[in-house]
Amino acid sequence: MDTSNRVLRTKFGDRLLHWTMVACFFLVAMSGLSWFFPSLHWLGSVLGPPQLARLLHPFLGIVVFLLLMCMFVRFVHHNMPVRTDGIWFRHIVDVLMNRHGENLRIGKYNAGQKILFWGIMSLISALFVTGLVIWRAYFAMYFPIPVVRLALLAHSAAALALILLVLGHIYMGIWVRGSIGGMVTGYVSRAWARQHHDRWYDEEVVPEETPSAKRRS
Amino acid sequence: MSMQSQDIIRRSATNGFTPTPQARSHETEVAKLIDVSLCTGCKGCQVACSEWNDLRDEVGHNVGVYDNPADLTSETWTVIRFDEVEDESDKLEWLLRKEGCMHCEEPGCLKACPSPGAILQFANGIVDFQSEQCIGCGYCIAGCPFDIPRISEKDNRAYKCTLCADRVAVGQEPACVKTCPTGAIAFGSKAEMKDLAADRVGELKSRGHEGAGLYDPAGVGGTHVMYVLTHADKPELYHRLPANPSISPIVRGWKEWLKPVGALGFIATVAGAFAHYMGVGPNTTDETPHPDPEPEKELEVEGADHGPAEDRRDA
Repeated sequence: MDTSNRVLRTKFGDRLLHWTMVACFFLVAMSGLSWFFPSLHWLGSVLGPPQLARLLHPFLGIVVFLLLMCMFVRFVHHNMPVRTDGIWFRHIVDVLMNRHGENLRIGKYNAGQKILFWGIMSLISALFVTGLVIWRAYFAMYFPIPVVRLALLAHSAAALALILLVLGHIYMGIWVRGSIGGMVTGYVSRAWARQHHDRWYDEEVVPEETPSAKRRS
Repeated sequence: MSMQSQDIIRRSATNGFTPTPQARSHETEVAKLIDVSLCTGCKGCQVACSEWNDLRDEVGHNVGVYDNPADLTSETWTVIRFDEVEDESDKLEWLLRKEGCMHCEEPGCLKACPSPGAILQFANGIVDFQSEQCIGCGYCIAGCPFDIPRISEKDNRAYKCTLCADRVAVGQEPACVKTCPTGAIAFGSKAEMKDLAADRVGELKSRGHEGAGLYDPAGVGGTHVMYVLTHADKPELYHRLPANPSISPIVRGWKEWLKPVGALGFIATVAGAFAHYMGVGPNTTDETPHPDPEPEKELEVEGADHGPAEDRRDA
């Protein structure tokens, strides 16, 4: 692929991880919503009849948790808070109002994406633990009923927060043109990289390319 | 009684804005009254229940008490509880209680159930599980204030006493009532059973049981299985029968608070995103050359045709 005006942002393995997660999360979230909002019980049909959906949901939930652990290892070093995150927060209104121009010193992920990362990490972990407690076929009988009730409430609340967070994530992908393509093909344009992740471009993309850049010039 | 006793007044996981048919005339509420002071613990009711409902639970083992099986199961819907209690004067009392579904007026199982129509409440007060609709999640177990429903390991569905809804529908009393040799279990309209209970409580009081009374707990709107207890002031003595049962505030919070808040959260999030997109427009990339005099600059200009390609990628 001609990389003269595009740069690799997400490697194949990481993209595969992301989209496998999307597929599993979609199935788990839809079936879960069908039980939280019974008026929307048809959402559970993505996993077949309701009995089958109930059977599969927790196993798929475990797959989501395992994928999450892989994601943690792969992405955590890009998502540690740094001092320059403050610049993004101070310009949050400009960011949301689509006013470009300021140099926000954004690394591979901006502060909002880091919040998303840690939000997803903590919420899916909470869903994993509470999900085991309410898993009637294998674990729920080992917990007193008041604990199961609390776990049910916590599981629902965490799932709601997570799904709303993910809706925000999906919207940002649609709003920021080039990002969904970036997660599918792995490549973003140089202009995109400079506009949305200037510090990442300056500190990681350019230095890695220096030999080839010299060759081209 | 006609088949009208099968009129459904509440259906699990069904929106309150779309209630079940309600236009037909009032139907008498039924109740089972269990007088613990007349129970001899013969377990005839357990046998009759198994026989009528065609339940064949494993024959239990002696675990040191007379309760057999040791607990309710998906195939044992009623169990006589035997509790040995010593009062202040060291006098031993053997308290018996036939445990099973209480058929609450406000059923916690039905509130918690996520499967439409898996739990029904009939106009006569009977709360019945529809096994065909049950998905085996066990939420009914968390919702029940009395710890009654059990999930079968054979088919992953929840079971409990039906109050012999099939018998009651054709004008018969439940199997346990029919078989009880001491007359400790009575069945009729709820009003009649309350009158009968008042007589029995009066008699027990006249015989010195000052704490005698009717157990028809208001916290769940009353029940369609009631007890006459000799110690109604201390129901916990009867195998931890709760003094003030009600649907747990956690279950209420989950169903009555988190659910509407969650629905609003969804609407607000989707509406907010849409409004933002309409107001601000897509966040497109400015593809004009970067001001820094970098080697890539020329390439960037040459590659001006990558604009359309990028649009295509976004599509």
